Amino acid sequence: MSDTTTDNSTQTGEDQDLGAAGSQLSTAPVEDAPSPNLPALGVIGWARWFWRQLTSMRVALLLLLLLSLAAIPGSLIPQTGVDETRVADFRERHDVLAPVYDKLGLFHVYSSVWFSAIYILLFVSLIGCIVPRTWQFVGQLRGRPPGAPRRLTRLPAHTAWRTSATPEEVREAALALLKKRRFRAHTVGDAVAAEKGYLREFGNLAFHLALIVMLIAFAWGQLFKSEGNKIVVEGDGFSNTLTQYDDFKSGNLFTNDDLVPFSFDVKEFTGTYERTGPNRGTPRTYETEVTYTEGADGDEKHTVIKVNKPLKIGDAKVYLVSHGYAPVVTVRDGKGEIVYQDAVPLLPLDNNVTSNGVVKVLDGYRNPQGKKEQLGFQAFFVPTFGGSASGTMLSQFPALDYPVLALNAYHGDLKADSGIPQSVYQMDKTKMKEFKDADGQLLKKLLTPGETMKLPGGAGSITFEKDIKEWAGFQVVQEPGGGWALGGALTAIGGLAASLFVQRRRVWVRAVRGDDGVTVVEMAGLGRSESAKVPEELGDLAGVLYERAPGVADPEPDGTPQPDAAPPSEDPGASDASGTTTSTDTDSQAVPAEGAEQQ
Amino acid sequence: MTLAAATNENLAEISNVLIYSAMAVYTLAFFAYIAEWIFGSRSKVARTAAALTPKASAAGTAPAVTVRQGGGTAVLERPKVTVRAASGSRDVPDGPGAHGGDEQGDLYGRIAISLTVLAFALSFGGVLTRALSVERAPWGNMYEFNITFSTTAVGVYLLLLALKKNVRWLGLFLTTSVLLDLGLAVTVLYTASDQLVPALHSYWLYIHVSTAILCGAVFYVGAFTTVMYLFKDSYENKLANGGKPGSFATSFLERLPAAASLDKFAYRVNAAVFPLWTFTIIAGAIWAGDAWGRYWGWDPKETWSFITWVAYAGYLHARATAGWKGRKAAYLALLAFGCWLFNYYGVNIFVNGKHSYADVGLGVLQAAGF
Repeated sequence: MSDTTTDNSTQTGEDQDLGAAGSQLSTAPVEDAPSPNLPALGVIGWARWFWRQLTSMRVALLLLLLLSLAAIPGSLIPQTGVDETRVADFRERHDVLAPVYDKLGLFHVYSSVWFSAIYILLFVSLIGCIVPRTWQFVGQLRGRPPGAPRRLTRLPAHTAWRTSATPEEVREAALALLKKRRFRAHTVGDAVAAEKGYLREFGNLAFHLALIVMLIAFAWGQLFKSEGNKIVVEGDGFSNTLTQYDDFKSGNLFTNDDLVPFSFDVKEFTGTYERTGPNRGTPRTYETEVTYTEGADGDEKHTVIKVNKPLKIGDAKVYLVSHGYAPVVTVRDGKGEIVYQDAVPLLPLDNNVTSNGVVKVLDGYRNPQGKKEQLGFQAFFVPTFGGSASGTMLSQFPALDYPVLALNAYHGDLKADSGIPQSVYQMDKTKMKEFKDADGQLLKKLLTPGETMKLPGGAGSITFEKDIKEWAGFQVVQEPGGGWALGGALTAIGGLAASLFVQRRRVWVRAVRGDDGVTVVEMAGLGRSESAKVPEELGDLAGVLYERAPGVADPEPDGTPQPDAAPPSEDPGASDASGTTTSTDTDSQAVPAEGAEQQ
Repeated sequence: MTLAAATNENLAEISNVLIYSAMAVYTLAFFAYIAEWIFGSRSKVARTAAALTPKASAAGTAPAVTVRQGGGTAVLERPKVTVRAASGSRDVPDGPGAHGGDEQGDLYGRIAISLTVLAFALSFGGVLTRALSVERAPWGNMYEFNITFSTTAVGVYLLLLALKKNVRWLGLFLTTSVLLDLGLAVTVLYTASDQLVPALHSYWLYIHVSTAILCGAVFYVGAFTTVMYLFKDSYENKLANGGKPGSFATSFLERLPAAASLDKFAYRVNAAVFPLWTFTIIAGAIWAGDAWGRYWGWDPKETWSFITWVAYAGYLHARATAGWKGRKAAYLALLAFGCWLFNYYGVNIFVNGKHSYADVGLGVLQAAGF
C-alpha cells in the first residue's frame, strides 16, 4: 500500500555501485518476492508471515481491486439504505432470487460482512504499512542525506568539468547554492550531499492517514446518526422531539438526548413549475418560508429552506425533501354543526401531484339516531383536473390550476383505539359501512373548491373549502463527524497532490584535485522516478555553479586521450575519489546520450 | 418575458448551428489527419526496428555515446548534463509522428491541427451560446454534458500540443471519437434547452460538474495513450524477440512514440488528474450533504465514482509494484477508464438513482424524491 510513484529500478538495479546513495529515497516497502519454499513456522512465525503478506503492496493492491469489485453489486441491486420501496418491489418480483440475496447481504452491500471484511483488512494493511513508514520518515528527517556514491557517472544525470577554483571553494559554493535552493545539504568527505522534496513522502503519509481519519469519521457518523421525517402543513409547527416525527431512524449509539433542541413553524410553501416545453411540470422554485427558534426558548428567526439550502441548527440540518397538498375540509353532522375542520395532508402519487389520503372523523360525530359513530372519507386529489371529458382522474399539472377533490364516504368504527398504530393515510374498513347513493352504490363525488357532498339520510355533509393548504416534508438529519470527514478529505487531496507532484531527489557535488593539479567538479542527480526534471534541475544548478567555478580548457587530447579529460561525457577516471586512474568504464557503452533525454 | 424567451431560443438555435459546424470542421480535420497518416506511410523510417533488431542495435546506439564538444580545447559555456536511462529499460527512440517525416504528410497534419483548432473554437462557441441561452452552466443534461465533454477533450489535446508534448499523433483518434460523441449528442441525447430542476441550483454544480468533465477528458487521453502503449509494447516485444510484425503494424506503430514514452505519458496524465478526481468526488459529497441530507449514501453514481477512484488508485499502486508494472498496470488503467465511462453513460441510462437528471427519453426521475 501507499506508494504511488513510478519504478525504482534505478535504485534496485545498481545498488552495488551506488551504495547508500539511493537508499531511503522513499520509505516504500521493499518488495520481497514470495518465497517458494515455506519454512516450518510456529504460530508466531505464521502470524508474522500473515502480517507481512497483509502489509505487502501486492496484497494491498488485490484488496483495492477487490473493494472496487465488491462495490459493484450495491449499485445494481436496490439497497435498503438507499431506497426501501424499491427493495420491497424487487422482493415481490423475484421470489427465488430475493432469499439468496438476503443470505448474501446483497440488499445492504455496504454494511455486509464481506464488504466490511475487505475494507477492514485494507485499512489494517494500510496502518501496518503507514506506521513503520512514518517512523522511517521521521528517522530520515532527523538524519542527513547519504554521502556521494563512488562513481557519480552511474547516476541517471551526471555532469563534470574542470575548474581553476580549489576543491574547497567549489564545495563551499555548492553547499551555499544548494542550501539557497532549499536543499538539505551537508559536506561529506570530498563531496556535498543534498536532498530535496521531503514533502512528497510527507504528502504520501498524510494522504493515507487522512483516509483512516475519513473512515473513522464516517463510521462515527453512522453510529451516532439520526434521521427523521416530518410533514408539516402551512401554519403548523414542529419541535425536535422523538414523538413529533412521522418516522425516525438512528444509529446504534444514538440516544434521544442527542437531539438538538429547536422548533420551527412553516409559514408558506412556494412551488412553481415549468409551464411549457418537454420538461413541463418540472419544479422551478421550491422553497419554504419558516420561522424557527434555537434551544427551548431562543429568539424567533425567519428563514427560507430550499432544496440545496438546508436550515442548519447546531449539528442538525433540516432539509426540504417533499411537498404536497392539504385540502381543508369541513364535516358537519345532521344538525349542521361542525364536527371536524382541518387541513388533511395527502400523499402525492406522481410528478403531477395526484394525491390520496383519508379524512378521519374520530370524535364528536353523532349519527341521525344520536349514536356516536366515526366517519371516514377516502380522498383523491388532483391540483389540475383534466376535465370530466378527459377520462382520467390523474392530475395534469403540479400547480393548483383546476383543483378537484374526489371523496367517498364510510361510517362505523375506524378501529383507531385498537392500540395498533395506524397510518393517517389509510383506512381500516373492516368495521366501516359504506354510505350509499340513490342507486345503492358507494357514495362518491367530485368536488371543486367550495362544493359540498351531502351524506344520505340527513347524516351530515362534507365541504371542500376554498382554502387549499400545502404541506412541506422535512428531513431532519444529525450526523456528527462531518467536520472530521471534510478535514480528512481536504488533507487527502493536499497530501495526494504533494505525493504526486513533488519530486524527491538528491544531488551530489564532488570536487577533487586531479592528477594534473586542476580541480575536477562532478555533479550528479538521482530521483525516485525517472523524471526529466532531475537532469533539468541538475543542469540549472551546474550552470550556476559553473559561473562561480569557471571551467578551464581541457588538456589537448593529443593522440592518446586521457580518460579523465573529457568533461561532459563519461569520465570514469575523474570520478574516482582516490584520484588514481581506474580502468575504463565498460558500462559506458550502455549510456544513451540521446534517447533518454526525450520525454 | 416573451422577448427574453425569444432571444434564448435564438441563442439555442445559434448553439445548434455552431455544434453542427464544429462537426463539419472536425470531419474535415479527420480527413486531413487521414491524409497525414497516408502520406506518412510513404516514409520507411524504422527507428524502433533499428533499435531492437540485434544486428542493428550496435550501429544504432554507437554514435550516441561519444559526445565530444567540437575542439578539444574549447571551454564550455555551460556543463552538459548526461542522462542515463534506467537499467533494464529498452532504449527505443520515439517515432516521428503520423507524418513519418514525410513533408506532404506533415503539411496535412498541420492543416488538420488548424482545422481542429477551428472546430474547437466553434464547439466552444456552441457550448457558450447554449449556456447563455439557458442562463446557467451548460451541464444540465446528457446532451450538454456531451458537447462540453468533447470540447474539453479537444481543449486538453490542444493544450498539451501547445505545451510541446508529444501528442500530435493522437489527433486522428481524438477527432474520430469526438465526432462519434457529438453525433451521439445531436441525435440520441439531444434535449431542447431548458432550465434546471431546483436540486441542481447550486454553485457546486459549477465546481463538481466542471471538474468531473475535465477529469473525464484527461482520463480519456490517458486511456487512449495506454491502448497505444499496449500495441506498441507488443510490437517492440515482437521485434526484440526476433519476430517480424505485419507491414501495417510496422508502418503504423513505427510512427508512434516508444512504448516507454507512451507508458510514462499515460501515467503522468492519469496521476496528474487523480487528485482532481478525488476533489470532484469530495465536492460532490459536500453538495450531496447540502442537497440530500447526507454526504455519502452509496447512490449508484457515488458508488461508481468510488469504484473509478479505487481502480485508478490501484493503477497508481500497480505501477510501483513488482510484477504489476508495465502491461498489467496498463490493463488496470483501461479498466479504471471503463469504470469512468460506465459511470458516465451506463449509470445515467441504465441505473436509476439520485443523479438521474439526464433526460434520455425515459422521463425525468425527479431530484430528491420530488
